[in-house]
Amino acid sequence: MYDVAIIGAGICGASVAYYLSQKKLKICVIEKETDVSMGTTKANSAIIHAGYDPKPGTIMARLNVRGSAMIKELAPKLSVPYKQIGSLVLAFDERDLDTINLLYNRGIQNGVVGMKILSSRETLEIEPNIRTDVKGSLWAPSAAIISPWELCIAMCEVAAENGCDFLLENEVTKIKSEPSFFEITTTERKLQAKYIVNAAGIYSDRICSMAGSCDFSILPSKGQYYLLDKNQGDIVRHILFQCPTELGKGVLVSPTTAGNLIIGPNAESNNHPEDLSTTRYGLDYVAVTAAKTTDKINLRENVRSFSGLRANSNRDDFIIEPALFSQRFINVAGIKSPGLSSAPAIAEVALDRLEKGGLAMPQKEDYKNSRKHIVFNELTDEQKNKLIKENPSFGNIICRCNTVTEGEILQALHSPLPPKTIDGVKRRAGTGMGRCQGGFCSPRVHEIISRELNIPFEKVEQDRKGSYIVSEKF
Amino acid sequence: MKEFICTVCPRGCRLKVDEKKLTVTGNGCIRGIEYGKNEAVNPKRILTSTVSIEGGLHRRLPVRTDIAIPKSMLFDCMAVIHGCKTKSPVIAGQVLIENIAGSGANLIASRNM
Amino acid sequence: MDSIMLKYDLAVIGGGPAGLAAAISAYENGIRSIVVLERDVELGGILNQCIHNGFGLHRFGEELTGPQYAERFISKLSETSARVLLGTMVIGLNSDRYITCVNKYDGVFTIQAKAVILAMGCRERNRGPIGLPGDRGSGIFSAGSAQRYMNIDGYLVGRRAVILGSGDIGLIMARRMTLEGAKVLAVAELMPHSNGLNRNIVQCLDDFGIPLYLSHTVTDIFGKNRLDKVVISQVDDRLKPIPGTEKEFDCDTLLLSVGLIPENELTRTAEIPIDFRTNGAVVYDDMQTESEGIFACGNVLHVHDLVDFVSSESEKAGKKAAEYITGGCVSIHKAATIDIKNGNGVVYTVPQKVVIGGPEKSLEVFFRVREKSEKSIVEVSSGNRIISSFKREFLAPGEMERIVIPRKLLENINESIAISVKSGGTV
Repeated sequence: MYDVAIIGAGICGASVAYYLSQKKLKICVIEKETDVSMGTTKANSAIIHAGYDPKPGTIMARLNVRGSAMIKELAPKLSVPYKQIGSLVLAFDERDLDTINLLYNRGIQNGVVGMKILSSRETLEIEPNIRTDVKGSLWAPSAAIISPWELCIAMCEVAAENGCDFLLENEVTKIKSEPSFFEITTTERKLQAKYIVNAAGIYSDRICSMAGSCDFSILPSKGQYYLLDKNQGDIVRHILFQCPTELGKGVLVSPTTAGNLIIGPNAESNNHPEDLSTTRYGLDYVAVTAAKTTDKINLRENVRSFSGLRANSNRDDFIIEPALFSQRFINVAGIKSPGLSSAPAIAEVALDRLEKGGLAMPQKEDYKNSRKHIVFNELTDEQKNKLIKENPSFGNIICRCNTVTEGEILQALHSPLPPKTIDGVKRRAGTGMGRCQGGFCSPRVHEIISRELNIPFEKVEQDRKGSYIVSEKF
Repeated sequence: MKEFICTVCPRGCRLKVDEKKLTVTGNGCIRGIEYGKNEAVNPKRILTSTVSIEGGLHRRLPVRTDIAIPKSMLFDCMAVIHGCKTKSPVIAGQVLIENIAGSGANLIASRNM
Repeated sequence: MDSIMLKYDLAVIGGGPAGLAAAISAYENGIRSIVVLERDVELGGILNQCIHNGFGLHRFGEELTGPQYAERFISKLSETSARVLLGTMVIGLNSDRYITCVNKYDGVFTIQAKAVILAMGCRERNRGPIGLPGDRGSGIFSAGSAQRYMNIDGYLVGRRAVILGSGDIGLIMARRMTLEGAKVLAVAELMPHSNGLNRNIVQCLDDFGIPLYLSHTVTDIFGKNRLDKVVISQVDDRLKPIPGTEKEFDCDTLLLSVGLIPENELTRTAEIPIDFRTNGAVVYDDMQTESEGIFACGNVLHVHDLVDFVSSESEKAGKKAAEYITGGCVSIHKAATIDIKNGNGVVYTVPQKVVIGGPEKSLEVFFRVREKSEKSIVEVSSGNRIISSFKREFLAPGEMERIVIPRKLLENINESIAISVKSGGTV
């Protein structure tokens, strides 16, 4: 019998697991995919927002500001790529200027520190590649970029080291509410937990409905992105937002922690939860709209395009509360933007709700809350040499686009929560994220996974269950 | 009447060959005549593939037929190749299977392994 | 702990066909202190996975397989004094010819060379840059990746395939998959003609009844976990898909053979100027780049069609690098040079610059044309004056061309020359 079962290993489930694993509790995370972070967490803008956007007084507003401060401390502790580069909301006409003033005032109310309204000249001074007809901007120094899946993975690894069980490839199919616990049936097993935290993202309404009556519904909204080559990465130095218009929210242009340039998203509401396709129409919209910020983007340097689904709901705010039918079933749902920025703060609220629901949470005397992670590329030559002497696999370069070594792949495969797919290794070691998008290194990563984890070559998968790579041996 | 694209040079002349009379038209040079006749009557191909090898640097050893075999025998030879297993060391040019599937060609190793 | 510094006269980056030929040639031209840096576990480069025949027709008069062709050079190299470092990746290069390398045994170390030959080859273009929309299931491979899985690892990548791109790699893989028991349903080609050799159209498609859809491209992809359907559509003369021309194929594999790009990461790191037309370094007629003592050859310089020409180009680079070293490393960059421009109908030329009064009797220029044509005249001109012209029966974008200009014809030129095509008739 688990004390708490967390359903969903996205950034919210991971954050709850990370903090809960510091308590003397028996906990597990149930995840339907082959790895953590495979939902919205790995397909978003990767921004830690400053917090001027949500309406003052909302939960979102409070948790955005609190969460982004927590992430600033957490990221280095967990060895997660994070850069506080600040953001600009750009104004190109009078209406936009009104908007940025509105956002500035909201930010003040929400407790955002350091914001400033910049003139056209000041904006162009710090961002020379923006269209010269920019009228001004809202500067927010506390905004940052991050690697969202690495934050999720890092939190999960620490939770696993602290004793949290991760039940991957377990899709919840039934939840029976008993008087003092829940019986959860998954595609693989049956288990029991006194409390449930429902962090199932796009499927959180479905999960809630399995246990009892659900008073919210999720309306997935798809957003498509382009990721551009590193040679486009320094076209801009900060996160650049556009003002929303009646045509929709603007498209952002931002460097990524890896040095690429990301542009997107568009917004397509009422999307099917299984539809992650990119479309000509959606991508064209992104390209055309991004050009309103800067005309220096060379789309031919596009490395990949992808789409992500936001768990919009029929409510305006985050849903972090017990379900109607039980104080022991905590919904963490409708976590759309600024969900990533708020995640650790969302977890704090979830833990508080669990406590109010009667769960005693004595702190462990001994637990991990940090993580070490070697990135070969970032070491000095001296550090590299010392490392290779201790472990020669760090001298064998597998991903040549990003200089990722066999040692880092082995580090991933022997981590507290090891991946077993090509993309699982990619998310931890960075293989296949460069120009060739795995064209060169995938077969080699495949060989290493098969060898290290003793999985027959033809059973190694790309990412999701059923995504086999080779069909048979000759 | 059979039609082929000549592959002797990049021009790719469209050849028309009468298999009975063995006449070729559409050729831009005399090499095309020989090519056309062969393609019509007895088209041959060099077959390349890999065989399973134990103890080598890789799991597969590239192999080829030393001479061209009748086009109609390609899949028969592939069936024999699928059953072929060899052991390192192998020298480039080493004959692995003589007269493979009765084609008249030997299957040889493409490289040392 | 100080890292190791090794000194060599010549460092060759890449042990594929280009690097092999360059190193052998440098040795044959008197250089003894040579190191070849190869990241893979063996020499031979991409030839190791090109198990099909067709290599060496020009050079040896024989039809060799890729490994057979490589073997000729590998054994020749082993008879020289060249030191080969396998499993060694070059991670840094600067214009002073300091090369940073890493491998399992030596860790990170530096090589200082009097001359460097860039022979890093090329990589494949993939889904991103061609903007294929659709689902994200597995089963989409670059042709080279699929080739590796099949020929080195020994696994079939799928049972029913569609191939995008009718260049030689796509055609070769169509045959390879068919011979291994897969069904290749279609090859789609964006352009109105195939870039591949006719012999490959015949031996890879016609032989097996595989249909070739010219002026078609992939417009949708289905399959959330693994690919299960591909849609191709015809394109108009602006290469835009024509609605209503969709053709669906139930398949589990899509191979992308959509272009090769010279691998010039290191070249850029060393801030060596790149020609956007070739995506390779700008070079002089002695194969030297704009950076003192750094030469380039093979696919890293411009993507070739035939390995035979990679070998001859690389031999030239090796010879010139040897002459540079034995001549005391004298700079040519201060010498007077003229530019070679691509004129009408020509996409690019290699070299892009010529040293006036160079020692060779003739100037060899490689170029590619924009369109197919028959009975054309290739003209070399300077300003309004035609210096030299060559008849060509047949020109095609997929066949790299070569002309040889006697140097004395260039004697009084001081501006630039242009190579252009005067069409006798377009095909």
